[in-house]
This record gives sequence, structure tokens and C-alpha cells, in this order.
Amino acid sequence: MPGPSITFTWWIRRLMEQVIANGLYLGAQYALIALGLTLIFGLMNVLNFAHGQMYVLGGFITYTVYGQLGLPFAVAVICSGITLAVIGGFMERYLFRTVIRRSHREESTMMLAAATAFFFDAVMLLVFGEKQRGVPKIVKGVFNDFGVILPYDRILVGLIAAILILGFIAFMKYTKTGRAMRALAQDRVAAQLMGVEVDRYTMIGFALGAMLAGLVGGLLVSITGVNSGIGGPISIKAFMMIMIGGAGVVSGAIAGGFILGMMESVGLTVLREYGDVTYLVIFAALMMFLSIRPNGLMGKPWG
Amino acid sequence: MLTLSRRALIGAASAIALFAGAHAASAADAKLKIGFVGVTSGPAAAWGTSNVRSMQTLAEWYNELGGVKIGDKTYELEVITFDDQKDPKRAVEGMEKMAQEGIHYVVGPNVDDGAAAVRPVAEKNGIMYFPYAFPKELYTAPASNAILGMIANYQSGPAIYKYLMENKGVKKVAFVAANESDPLSQRDSGVAAAKALGLEVVADKDTYQNDTRDFTPVLTPIVALKPDLLVLSGVAPANAPLLIRAARELGYEGLISTETAQDAKVLEEGAGELANGFISVGGASTPEIASDHMKEFVARYTKKFGEYNDESNTKVYALDYILEALKANPAAIDNVDEFKKTIDTFEAANPYLKDPNAKLKFVGTTSFGQKRQVAVPMVVNEYKDGKFETLFVGTVD
Repeated sequence: MPGPSITFTWWIRRLMEQVIANGLYLGAQYALIALGLTLIFGLMNVLNFAHGQMYVLGGFITYTVYGQLGLPFAVAVICSGITLAVIGGFMERYLFRTVIRRSHREESTMMLAAATAFFFDAVMLLVFGEKQRGVPKIVKGVFNDFGVILPYDRILVGLIAAILILGFIAFMKYTKTGRAMRALAQDRVAAQLMGVEVDRYTMIGFALGAMLAGLVGGLLVSITGVNSGIGGPISIKAFMMIMIGGAGVVSGAIAGGFILGMMESVGLTVLREYGDVTYLVIFAALMMFLSIRPNGLMGKPWG
Repeated sequence: MLTLSRRALIGAASAIALFAGAHAASAADAKLKIGFVGVTSGPAAAWGTSNVRSMQTLAEWYNELGGVKIGDKTYELEVITFDDQKDPKRAVEGMEKMAQEGIHYVVGPNVDDGAAAVRPVAEKNGIMYFPYAFPKELYTAPASNAILGMIANYQSGPAIYKYLMENKGVKKVAFVAANESDPLSQRDSGVAAAKALGLEVVADKDTYQNDTRDFTPVLTPIVALKPDLLVLSGVAPANAPLLIRAARELGYEGLISTETAQDAKVLEEGAGELANGFISVGGASTPEIASDHMKEFVARYTKKFGEYNDESNTKVYALDYILEALKANPAAIDNVDEFKKTIDTFEAANPYLKDPNAKLKFVGTTSFGQKRQVAVPMVVNEYKDGKFETLFVGTVD
């Protein structure tokens, strides 16, 4: 029989394996949330404060289509993505494009983004009510081996998130549209001079960013549920990720998501004896990090 | 000319008759405004929304019955609402708005800091208010204008822990709370109560951000401690199913409880069968104790808003307490000093419980040294397959 110190070491090791698994899973979630935000920022230099609200709307659409109407989960998530892409396209065409043309002050687009965030909050509260909503589990059962406990639905969502991230990177790298958007993000004027249809690709980019928010909202409603008040906090977390990784950089958003996920997971275990200091430490570290590296890990332009 | 004059005369006579009729109707139906200051937007919107909707459902119902007779007048009820967005500064603005409207009775605020912030405004402007916040100084002399609208966790917690010690063999308990003033103060009083009962507290510092969406990292180290009971101190209804689900999926097999009111539908959607056995504090809607009046309230609420919120089981009471106390002393309608005089002796039938001996009365002497709490039944529920079942019913004196 192992002695108390061996048992304690074994317990810590087992706990850390779980902590790392939690961090990786959270990171995949976060990276996917941050991708859409960083895409819109990279293309338009707009900090989309309504990104969290778009995520929430995606969650509510999946809740309605899958949870209420009983259609397959995949159909519901696709509905979330398409709906948000359409909304994003309209927002760019009729709101942001107009404001960018009429105002040279960068804060005008920020104010517009904040206004749309409040608008979405109010509409969703009216339409979907104040309650937390959830849907039946998409896969039942829990993986419990190698010192790691992870429900199968989280593993599935983590895998889908990874596939979406890889698909997004491939899209940006190998397609004409992706290359056009990367060119726009690097130098808008040069891209225009080279014949890139700026308006068209900006709208596609905004729609794509909104679609990513809708997809991840739809995916995660199966695990974390959704309620009409969480849009703001989701946006704040997404901002943190792109601050860590570097605004406007796809790989930066992914890195930021995984770093934040791991910091949360490790902090909540290692620092638990000191109360809720995990976020205090994360924010302090972020401030110090940004003072040394203001553009984040990977900075701008696109990598 | 004559025809025109006759038409004019008839028209004038009709107008006078209409005006007189309208004037007579408004004289018979004076308006009684009751205020609400609380949170109806943002992540905690469920707390205030269930308050407001309970008040609006009741007001509409009573108005439909012809209004509320207080003294020799019949009043039509009007609920004036203000969303404080869970911000104490906004709560003060809300209470000032109520004062400007000439309102003397306000339900809310929903959280500790808001309830504390509005106290000077309420006392200066002669407003009695019914917070859903637990700090004792709000209800202990010299404070006198606040009346606690529900059972406090330091009243229900010890009763729940004692019941679980005696009936379920609970020995080790762990607490987890959101990093906000209400849940933290509820956790601290829960820890003190558990220790006083001789329970071993294995976790009393674990907290989470209220906007956390995935609680697995938060609960991983707590579940590893294998407590018999996991207390979710002051947990918001939106977070309860997520915490339960994360704990169960991590393999936690012990009991889970909270001292706040929850909603069965939210638990069902968010945690499904994993929420079975979850213990929370409820009100009067479980079939074992609910009266026909309560059932009609639930039906009206559901019809009006599309879906009932079980949190309203505790929040249905405040408006009735105000109205019944005013009926008992009509002079209190615009004078809260008269209301305070009524508090000590007030008693009326509790329409929401089957028990014919159940009474509406003010309590709180043991906790606050004066009667500054509404007497609502301390119904401890256990969630099972989409519904709450009454575990036991206690009282507060």
C-alpha cells in the first residue's frame, strides 16, 4: 500500500492531467470564439462589441431548431451559422460601411458596435426571455481513463472546434476569397490597387466572422447552454484572447484562446486556496505582458 | 339653423355625459402605484424578471376583479418598474424615481449592494421597500424601512444541513460561490452554520466568475476532495445546471444543494437527469402544499408570459403583503409610519397554501430583533425528473 506522500503525489499528478485536459478543451472553445472577432478586426479595424451577442444569438437559434423543433443538431448549428452570416452581411453593408464612409473617427465604429450589442441584448431578452436555456446532450457518456475525465460531448465539440479552426485556416490560406481578405487586412489601399473588390470582400469577411460566432454559439449551447445576458462577458473574454495573441491575426487568436484556457484551468486549481485570484492574476499578467508587447504575441499584420 | 343647434345640443349633452361617466369611473377607481426596483436585464435578469412578472400578473388579476378595496376606496393597481441593471448607482436612481412618483411601497432591489445603496433614499422619502438581499443591517434597528422579502440563507442553510446530516449521513461539506458580494456573504454564513453543526468543511474558498460558462476547471479540485455535500452558495439559476452537470460528469456522487430559489425547467434543460436530487429552497407551488389560488396564479402567469418561472413561488408574496397590510391599516397608504405600526400585529390568511391555518404575518425577531421579514414558508425542495418535490417545510420566527 503506498504511503501518504506517494498517494498525495499520485493525486496531484492525476489532478494535473485533468487540469491540462480541461485547459486544452477550454482553449479550443475560446480559440473558436476569438477567430471571428479577430477576422473582423483584421479586415475593418472594427472592434466588434456585438461579437458575444452574435454568439448568444447563434446559441438561441440552435436551442430553437434542435431543442424546440427537434431537428438534428447539425442542421441547427448550420442554421445558426447561416443566420448569423446573413445578419453579419447586412450589418456590414448597411451599418458599418455607411459609418466608415461618413466618419473618419475610429470610435464611430466602436460606438456603432456597442449600440448593436445593446440592441441584440434587448431583442434577445424580449424574444427568448430571461431564463438560461439548454438542449439535450448530443452524445451521452463520459471518457474516464489515463487520469482524465471528459464527457464525450465535450470531446466531440472540441474535435469539431479543431476541425473548424483548421478549415478556417485552410480557407484563408488556399482560397481566392481568403487570399483577398488577407490582402485587405495587410494593406487595404494596396489590395484595392491590385484589383481586390474591397466592399465585396469586406462584407464577406464580416459575414464570415459573424458566422463563426453563430457556429460556436450553436455548438456550445449543447454544453454550456445560453442566456440572453452573457453576450457582454463573452465579448470581453474574446477581447482578452486577441489582446494576448495579437489583434487581427488568426494564429494569434488561436494562441490567445489556448493560453487563456490553460491559464484559467491551472489558476483555478493551483490558486484555489487564495480565493478568486485567478482572474486577478490573469489580468495583472496581461497588463504586464501588453506593456512589454503591446501588439500581443503575433501582432499585426496577418501571419 | 335650428337643426344645427339641435345637433350641437345633442353633441354637447353626449360629451358632458361621457365626461361625467369617465369622471365618475376615475373617482371610483383611484390608482395605487407600487414600485419595483431590481435587475431585469443582463446575466441576473431572471431574479428581477420573476419579481416584476409576479407583480404584474397579480395586479392584472386584482384589477380584473374590480381593484383592491382599502378603507372606503377601491384602487386600481399600477406597477411602476425600474431596471437597476444590478448596479447600486442605478438602484439609487430607481428609488429616487419612485419617490418622485409619490410611491411609498417598492419591491426590490434583488442584490445586497443595491439594497444597501437605496436605504438613505427610502428612509428620507418615506418608502418601505422589500429587498431580496440578506445583509442583517438592512433589517436591524436603527434601519426600519426594509422588509426582507424571502427566507435568508442563514435561516434556511442550517435547517437544510441539519436535515441532511440526520437523514442522509452528511459529514463532509464543500462550498463554492460566485465571486460577488451576495454569493460570498451567503457562503461565509453557510460555512459558519456548517461548522456550528459539527460538519467538516473541506472547501470554503473556491469561487468562480459569475459569467463562467464551463465549470469543469472550477469543480475539478473540489470533486477530488469527495465531499458528501456540495453547497452552491447563492447560485444564480443560470449557473446552477452548469455546475451540477460539471460536478456529476466529473464523477461526483454526493448531494448538491443551494439556499436560493431555482427553476425546474432551467434545471431540466441544462442538466437533465443529472439534476435529480438537487436540493433548493422554493415557495408554494409544489402540489403538496399549493392552494387553488396559487395554481390560478401560476396559470395566469403562464398565460400572460408564455412560461412560468419557479422563482416566482417565493416572489409572489411581496405585493400581497403590501396590499393586505394596507387593508389592515388604510392610513398607511401614504404614511409608512402607520405601516410600521401595523407590522407587529398584522395577520391575514395566506392564500397560496392549502393549509387553512397558514398566515401572512411579519417575522424576523430572532434574526433582526424586530419584525422586518415576510413570513413565507421555508419550503425545501428536491428536484426530480423535471419537477420539484417538497422535502420538508420549515418556518422562520
